[in-house]
Formats: sequence, C-alpha cells, structure tokens
Amino acid sequence: MGKFSRLACVTRLIKLIHKYGAPKRFYELAGTLTPWFASLTTLLFVSGLYLGLYWAPPDYQQGNAYRIMFVHVPNAWMSMMAYVAMALFAATGYIWNVRLADILAKATAPLGASFTLTALVTGSLWGKPMWGTYWVWDARLTSELVLFFLYVGYMALQASIDDPRRAAHASAILAIVGVVNVPIIHYSVYWWHTLHQPASLTLTSQPKIYITMLIPLIIMSLGFMFFYLTMLCVRTRSEILWRERRTDWVRKLVESRS
Amino acid sequence: MTGGVLGAMRAVFVRELLVFWRRSTEIMAGLVFFLIVTTLFPLAIGPERRELMLVAPGVLWVAALLATTLSLNHLFASDYQDGSLEQLLMSPYPLSAMVLAKIAAHWVLTGLPLALLSPLLAIQMALPTKAIGTLVGSLLMGTPTLTLIGAIPAALTLGVRGGGVLVSLLVLPLYTPVLIFGAEAVAASAGQGFASVAHLSLLGAFLALALSFAPWASSAALRVSLD
Repeated sequence: MGKFSRLACVTRLIKLIHKYGAPKRFYELAGTLTPWFASLTTLLFVSGLYLGLYWAPPDYQQGNAYRIMFVHVPNAWMSMMAYVAMALFAATGYIWNVRLADILAKATAPLGASFTLTALVTGSLWGKPMWGTYWVWDARLTSELVLFFLYVGYMALQASIDDPRRAAHASAILAIVGVVNVPIIHYSVYWWHTLHQPASLTLTSQPKIYITMLIPLIIMSLGFMFFYLTMLCVRTRSEILWRERRTDWVRKLVESRS
Repeated sequence: MTGGVLGAMRAVFVRELLVFWRRSTEIMAGLVFFLIVTTLFPLAIGPERRELMLVAPGVLWVAALLATTLSLNHLFASDYQDGSLEQLLMSPYPLSAMVLAKIAAHWVLTGLPLALLSPLLAIQMALPTKAIGTLVGSLLMGTPTLTLIGAIPAALTLGVRGGGVLVSLLVLPLYTPVLIFGAEAVAASAGQGFASVAHLSLLGAFLALALSFAPWASSAALRVSLD
C-alpha cells in the first residue's frame, strides 16, 4: 500500500514537472514572475546598501574598508550555490530527460561565473587595504579561482557542441564530476594554505559579527539570491525562445509583437 | 568467450598495449615533453642549485601533470575515428570495465614511464636524493588518478571542435588536489615540512576514489558522445 502511494506521489510530481516543464508554460510562468522578482531585488538592494553603507557603524579595525563585505560575501556564497544549483539542474535534465532543466543549467552557468568573478574582484580590492596587496594566495581566493575555472570549462564545453541535447548531457556529466570535486578541491586548497602560510589574516576571521553588520549582510544576500532568480527567468525565457523558434507558438508571439 | 568480464578486460588491455606500442611516437612524445619542460626551468630560473631545489617538487609535478594531459587526446580519439569504440559499446560486457582496461593500458605506457624517468630529472633539478623515492612513489600513485580523471573530459570532447585545448581547459582545475598533495609529498620528504606519509595516503585515497568513480563517469560520457 505504502509503495503504491509513493508511486502515486512520484507520478503526480512528474505530471507537475511536465505541466510546468513544457517550455511554453514555463515561458509564461517566468514572464509573470520576472517583474515580481525584479522589484523584490531592487527593494532588497536599495535597503541593504542603505543599511550597509550608512546605518552600519565602521569596523573598529578595518574602518570603512570592510563595507565591501556586503557585496563580496553574498557573491562568494552565490558562486557556490549557483554551482550546486547548476549541477542539480543538469543532473535532472540528464537523468529524467527534462529539457527545461537543461535550459536552466545552461542559463545558470554564466550567472555563477559572474558571481565568482565579482567575488574575486571584490576580494582582491578588499585585500589591498587589508594585506597591502591585491592578490594573496589566500585559501578562499584560491578555491574561488579554481571554481571560476570550472565554470569556464563548463561554458566552453556547452559552446563547442552544436547539438543542444548532446551539449546538455555532456556538460551535465562535467557538472556532476565538478560538484563531487568542489569539496575535495576546497579542502585541499585549505590544507595547502595552512601548510604554507599559517599566520595569514583571513577575510572573515572576526570571532563574531555584530548584529548591525549582520542585518545588511543578510538583506544583501537575499537581494543577490533574488537577482539570480530574476536573471535566471530572463535568460531561460530567451533560451526557450531560441530553441523553440521554429514552433507555432513562438511564431505567433513574434507576429503579435511586431 | 572464456573468462567473462575479466577475460574481456584482459583482451582490451592487451589490444590497447599493442596498438599504443605500434604508435610508439605518441608515447615518446609525452616523455620527451616531460624532459624538455623540466629542462626549460633551470634555463629560466638560473642554475643555482639551492633555488632549483626549492622549486624542484613543483616543477617536476607540474611537468608530469602537463605531459599526462597532453597524452589524454590519444586515449579515445583514434578508436573513435576508426569506429572500434562503437564496437566496444555494443559488447555484452559493462562498458565501465572495458574503459577501465583501456585506461590501465594507457597508464602503463604513459604514466609508468614518466614515473620511471623522473629520478633522472630529479637529479637534474637538484632534488635531494632522499626525496627521489617519494617522487617516484607519488607519481606512481598520482599519475593513474590523473589518467582516470582525464578520461572523463577526453570522452566528453570526442569529435568536438577544438577538442585538444578543451580537454586541458576542462581537466586542469580537477587536477588541483592531486597536484597539491603530490608536490607537497615530495617537498616534505626533501625536508621542507611534515612527513610525506600523510600526503601519500591522501594520494592513495584519491586513487581509490577515482578508480571507483571515473570509469563509470567516462563510460557515461562515451555513451553521450557516441549517441
């Protein structure tokens, strides 16, 4: 009996995925969601930046330089979360042959890469006042750099295969291999770092973070998360249009717009 | 059909050895690359023995890693072109076992000679004699891991434009843990840190992980590429 109800549950889930997973339905759904996500992103960014740049007090050691944290830390978090999301989408597309998941994975990659790049750039800008130099082989920066290379490899593989189905499946395998490797790389770099520079200052080595700094940080993190969702909707919509460009509904849509 | 899977694996292994052996220029190319890259470093850094000794573990490991990456293109490419890879896919035996046999043969003719040649280059790079054993050991454990991991991008990029450069782009970030612990093991036994046992056992752990994971992933990749 339990087996049957579980089966029914899975069937219902698959039906739901197929209902909203059809490119046309998702195109409409994402179109409705985009303005909501976009306005939420704006609201969170404006309030987070206001609180972070004016309301939060200067740090007693770092002065005002620490305020780059409100951009750097959310980007570093998002860079890793986007990689996991990309691997999950890619695996869903590969295992259950869901085309929408393939598109979502493909749309996530450049966003994740840009989060990683922003985290690297803001990290090195923060490094200048902290370490006196733009680049230190700090464990966090180094593993972020390797993550950036993983994103670049994923996008290069996607770009070099013309057939969308093969491109999606090949890069899905790469993403799964990558997501297994990310923690190994992360901890290897940490160990390598502690072996070589045991006394260096890490960016977030403060024992505790004050609530006045934590609130803007959380708001900015949510802001970047909704920014990701907004951009994911936009990119997925344009990718769907491109892939379905020969279907009737896209043709009708284009005709109704022009 | 004697011996089932193991018999088939042995047949693939022997065939690969034979095929690779008859195209021995490719094996030699990897070794000569290793030799030349290592020779370039003293020319760039200077012949000072003390400085060479400091960079020797890193240089030797990076050169070995690049030589392995270079040879990855030969792993599946010619079998893909002449169609024998499709025959392998149609065989009744699990593809991952066949791939493992192929990788093993490839390593015997690329990674193994590399490890055996390394003491010579170690002397060239002024590596202390006590560290040479660790160098050979770390390469013997590290290079099979590199070949196993590298088989996945090699299978993914079959018949793709710009395949050769793409393989390096995909595989080099994945190589970082092996490089870290391989070079660290050699540096440690050259007297710059802790004992090398910990690093070597981690290399062994990576090898075990790659052995169980990589053949499966690269056979999935082959199925995608030959679909």
